[in-house]
Amino acid sequence: MTAQAPLQTPRQIWIGLLARAKPQRLAELFPDLPPHELLRAPEIGAVMVRGRIGGSGQPFNLGEMTVTRCALRLASGAVGHGHVQGRDKDHARRAAVLDALMQGDQADALRASVLEVLQAEETARRATRAAKAAATRVEFFTMVRGEDQ
Amino acid sequence: MYVAVKGGERAIDNAHAWLAEERRGDPAVADLSLAQIREQLALAVNRVMAEGSLYDPDLAALAIKQSRGDLIEAIFLIRAYRTTLPRLGASRPVETAQMAVIRRISATFKDLPGGQVLGPTFDYTHRLLDFKLAADGEVLPAATAPADMADVPHVTGFLNRDGLIEQQPTGNAVPPDLTREPMELPADRALRLQAITRGDEGFILSMAYSTQRGYGRTHAFVGELRIGTVAVEMDIPELGFAVNIGEVELTECETVNQFKGSKTEPPQFTRGYGLVFGQTERKAIAMSLVDRSLRWAELGEDYTGAPAQDEEFVLMHADNVQATGFLEHIKLPHYVDFQSELELVRRLRAEVFAAQEAAE
Repeated sequence: MTAQAPLQTPRQIWIGLLARAKPQRLAELFPDLPPHELLRAPEIGAVMVRGRIGGSGQPFNLGEMTVTRCALRLASGAVGHGHVQGRDKDHARRAAVLDALMQGDQADALRASVLEVLQAEETARRATRAAKAAATRVEFFTMVRGEDQ
Repeated sequence: MYVAVKGGERAIDNAHAWLAEERRGDPAVADLSLAQIREQLALAVNRVMAEGSLYDPDLAALAIKQSRGDLIEAIFLIRAYRTTLPRLGASRPVETAQMAVIRRISATFKDLPGGQVLGPTFDYTHRLLDFKLAADGEVLPAATAPADMADVPHVTGFLNRDGLIEQQPTGNAVPPDLTREPMELPADRALRLQAITRGDEGFILSMAYSTQRGYGRTHAFVGELRIGTVAVEMDIPELGFAVNIGEVELTECETVNQFKGSKTEPPQFTRGYGLVFGQTERKAIAMSLVDRSLRWAELGEDYTGAPAQDEEFVLMHADNVQATGFLEHIKLPHYVDFQSELELVRRLRAEVFAAQEAAE
């Protein structure tokens, strides 16, 4: 239902999952970072979020959000990028490390121990919100008025 | 005129120390945590994010605590902070048609695909104080029902299909950004929407209300109001593709307005649009009314002199940080200004008295 489902490469999907993960949860699932060389030290900044006029028309600037980014290289030579919402530098660094590792031979293990866990938790969180919303679905009936008879 | 003054350092330091003590309040009462503000005063947090124009619930909670709950002061703090951040880029326009909705209502269609979903609303409450909240905080979990997770289509899409409503010009032109260049008038619709979405809720509400009472009436119906989260995607040059960098909660309102038609356009409905950070539905509805009102020239309507039709009036007075800055500066030392005023009044009075004496 959301944008990350269709037409995304595996890498886009894991980068998105890592960005949306709660920093604490990601640190629990993947506590120890392997040695790495920072190509861009974690940096806090703002991204201008855009909307579309009428939901589908020309873009306009809605407002900014805080984003932290990081780029690094592992000893293997793999380069990882992290762009994560918020101001948590460790989150951006951990996301970048995992992006790099997911390009190597640890990918299957990390997919099972980190990404699939994050995906399941996110899906459960969304399903709960959707189920609560569904319980507030209403049917409005218009009352018969005199002139209709 | 502002002339620098010297002195008062100790008094100022002491005033700020006292402010900190007053902010804390009675030490016998537990200190308020940022998480408590973020979770339990979420609508205040949302307003500060929307008008501070920076989506970061933790920062907004900090600003609310620091400002002792003065939301305009909190918005000011957020605006000041955001100027310290490097701009990392701009997102792709968010796709509100793919919003994970928690609320979605239409005042124009009772049976609409996707259904009417009330969500966590104050509507239909009796606005009676709930003294249970003064006692304990026990709440029962909300009810759930089977949900389908499909995208919820926009109501205006149904009207579009029949040609009954104006089409939105599409494109991907880079919109003007009033945080980068000073706002210039006349503003295009994209610039107006940016100014209104970060404008003061009370001001935008009053402008919208004035159109309902007849000052530039536009006969608005809420075609659709939806609240939910959307993914934020950004193109990352180093990667060469777009990635999801997070998600934001938004409120979107589309109004459907009457329109007679013109020489070039057949009679059809027109649209007003509101999109605001957070759960901010009063603001989003008001925004869509003011947006529609400001479109009078484009739609060939009469200018009746109504404030909500006056782009300069609306856009130049909507920003509460600018307004409060200018308003409150008059309380700061203006001794030199006032000294000259004082001398002028004394001289004028002396002249009047002299003339009276000469006449007697």
